[in-house]
Amino acid sequence: MLRIGKLPIALFAGFIIIFPWVAGKVPAIGNYTDIMVFVGIYCLITIGLGLLMGYAGQISVGHAAFYGIGAYVSAILTTRYGLNPWFCMFIAVLVTGTIAFLVGAPSLKLKGHYLAMATLAFGIIVFIIFNEEIQWTGGPDGMADIPGLSIFGFELDSIEKYFYLVWGFVFVILIFTINVIQSDAGRALRAIHTSEAAANSMGVNVSKFKVLVFVYSAILASLAGSLYAHYLNFINPSTFDLFFSIKLLIMIALGGMYNIWGAIIGAGIITFLSYEWLHYFEEFEVIVYGAILLVVTIFLPNGLVGLPGMLKELFVRQKSNE
Amino acid sequence: METITLTGQIFQYLVTGITVGSVYAMVAVGFNIIYNVTEIINFAQGEFVMLGGLIMVFLHVAVGLPLILAFPATVALVTLVGVLLDRLAINPIRRPTVLSLIIATIAASILIKGTAMFIWGKDPFDLPAFSGRDPITVLGAVIQPQYFWVIGFLVLIVIVLTFFFERTIIGKAMSACADNPDAASLVGIDVKRMVLLSFALSAAIGAVAGITMTPIALMEYDRGAMLAIKGFGAAVLGGLGSFPGAVIGGLILGVIESLGAGLISSGYKDAFALIVLLFVLFFKPSGIFGNIEISKIKRF
Amino acid sequence: MNDTTAENILEVQGVVMAFGGLMALFKPDFKVKRGIIKAIIGPNGAGKTTLFNIITGFFTPTEGTVRFKGRSIKKFKTHEIAARGISRTFQTVELFGNMTVLENVMLGCHTRVPTSFMASGFRLPGAKRKEEEMRDRALNILKFIGLADKFEEPADNLPLGQQKMLEIGRALATEPELICLDEPAAGLNETETYVASSLIKAINAKGITVLLVEHDMKVIMNISDEIVVLNYGQKIAEGTPEAIRDNSTVIEAYLGSEA
Repeated sequence: MLRIGKLPIALFAGFIIIFPWVAGKVPAIGNYTDIMVFVGIYCLITIGLGLLMGYAGQISVGHAAFYGIGAYVSAILTTRYGLNPWFCMFIAVLVTGTIAFLVGAPSLKLKGHYLAMATLAFGIIVFIIFNEEIQWTGGPDGMADIPGLSIFGFELDSIEKYFYLVWGFVFVILIFTINVIQSDAGRALRAIHTSEAAANSMGVNVSKFKVLVFVYSAILASLAGSLYAHYLNFINPSTFDLFFSIKLLIMIALGGMYNIWGAIIGAGIITFLSYEWLHYFEEFEVIVYGAILLVVTIFLPNGLVGLPGMLKELFVRQKSNE
Repeated sequence: METITLTGQIFQYLVTGITVGSVYAMVAVGFNIIYNVTEIINFAQGEFVMLGGLIMVFLHVAVGLPLILAFPATVALVTLVGVLLDRLAINPIRRPTVLSLIIATIAASILIKGTAMFIWGKDPFDLPAFSGRDPITVLGAVIQPQYFWVIGFLVLIVIVLTFFFERTIIGKAMSACADNPDAASLVGIDVKRMVLLSFALSAAIGAVAGITMTPIALMEYDRGAMLAIKGFGAAVLGGLGSFPGAVIGGLILGVIESLGAGLISSGYKDAFALIVLLFVLFFKPSGIFGNIEISKIKRF
Repeated sequence: MNDTTAENILEVQGVVMAFGGLMALFKPDFKVKRGIIKAIIGPNGAGKTTLFNIITGFFTPTEGTVRFKGRSIKKFKTHEIAARGISRTFQTVELFGNMTVLENVMLGCHTRVPTSFMASGFRLPGAKRKEEEMRDRALNILKFIGLADKFEEPADNLPLGQQKMLEIGRALATEPELICLDEPAAGLNETETYVASSLIKAINAKGITVLLVEHDMKVIMNISDEIVVLNYGQKIAEGTPEAIRDNSTVIEAYLGSEA
């Protein structure tokens, strides 16, 4: 189940590399590169969150908070103090990681719905802070004039250049995470998901692992937030609300929790739905998301990634019934 | 022109706190009913309150039904939504795990919210108060008569539920399911029916909360989430599963929020209840009336 | 093969376990000498699994102490107790069903071959070497318990008898000094029970102290060096298999429940 070979990664890398070129040639999908930047940013979050939910079996209904903290720390440090954006991104990671540790350590002792509620409450509290601390965050009006990114003087000032930056990040994180999954730590996480009692009895420090993965997923969300801030050059609190946290859950549930590709597929589909396909049907947006989540939970518990497996099982069962 | 004294102010906050706390208590009671029978936390609990308010607005204001008809009709309709929630979102899940049930109720809550947004749009709506808006002044605090309706309905619900769970056969059957669903089904109790009933009952109570609070606080399509989480906070504060806990938890939470908003910061009003929730979860998750070792044995 | 100091590897002293109003255990005190096989028996509900849960750190006793190798385990969490040398199996098999047989045992190696998250993520050479080491250890254990040919099977696919063996194998991977087996023969047929008993004897022959809870009297009588009998959370008898077999209090406790 977990032998994630090099071939799919290479193929996907190939797809990503030629994507902007192809999109540039076909007018109908001309804006797709821009959308794919967002897909990449969201993938950073969903890869981490997917590891937390699918492998470690924990839930967070407040991850928008870490996304937001990353974005705001980057925005505040670069606009108010003029510091180097990469340095600020690093600081943002430290800040988010610390907050995630402080919140995660007590929260992850909780089970199931208590954990869900704790993370939900945390997410909303952070959202309220973004709105209220106007001196720092600009309040509901948000923060503007956030600088873009450059690497050693090379300005990343076009959609295409930013695309490659974001997806570069995604691939590094993807490979790192796959390495973790295929290692002892990955086994420990899967063990924790199946039976915390047995994992503990075999010497796995379950609490430490849960917090570790939580912090990891928060750090990835923070990176995503910083990249977002430097891309749009503008942020405001409404991006980091409860509904976004739930959208993240939908991405993971739709794509498939138990497989890292699910995180990417889910992010891709939901982002395109949001920015492109549902654009003209705004009143339906929320209903559609609710329906997707419900249908997936009932009929596709392993997500789209699990669909071929499910169909195979159905097929096998049909054959044995004949 | 009266000058408002500090005591007057505080008393004002207390009264408001008890009123809003009554709403939270009603939501908490709804959580407990479902939790007791199924060990599920229904994230969509707040949506029942929202629907109670908005459907009442539709029936009473738009359609023009008199209060005495619109009220029960609204409760009935919201109860129906509760039933649908169980039938369409909870029951169909083949291999229920904690994660999948949490996600299912979240899905249901956003579906309901989305539908409400589609029907009613994003604007807040008002309801005429049941007995007018002439305020009563007590000890320097200005009290809307509607406050008494909210608190009164909480009391009524507590009395009715206590009678229901302790004196009626169905009520006792539901309590039995809470304690031990396997044993309950072995003695012939239809556990699935009890689950359905618990959702229906919770929805009804939520509706009452929504109807009674709208004349005070208005109602719009996305109020559900906040109400749900605060109601959950009240339930956990009092001890998840305990009815006196839900009531006391709700009142305490409401008062803390009201005092916090009034004396410390009104912008952070919503945060107070959430912070209390986090505190309880981190330091005493069993709440006021709960027990730690027993919660270790429960399934979820 | 005993230690030169025939010390007690485990001491249960004054342990009381109350859940709210329910008294699950009341001072079922006993000691376990290093290197023996000791059985805990008693009718259902006597508190045997609760006792295991206390010994392995799942529950904190309301009163009393448990001493392992002379030190109280009170402050230790379950995973720390596992690292110190107590391992266990569960009454209802708690395998990691969606992992393979090999992966289950490799998980058991976790404490003895520590790896780090970062080292794994960056695929540092040390991490790869440790992974190989775990794989080798796990395969050796699988050979010892007779499941080497099934190493790639998802654990869920094994029949119950083999699942129970696998759970024991996983517990062995932690290199315990004391292994607690909770009803290792439950649900097994005669052949499987024989294989399980032989395995337990082989484990003990390696110097590992065995504490087991069992209902199957033939197994108990066959392999135990000493027996403790619990009823309603209290110890009602302790001694050699012969002594217990003829003990009237024990016989009486079992009358009315299955023996």
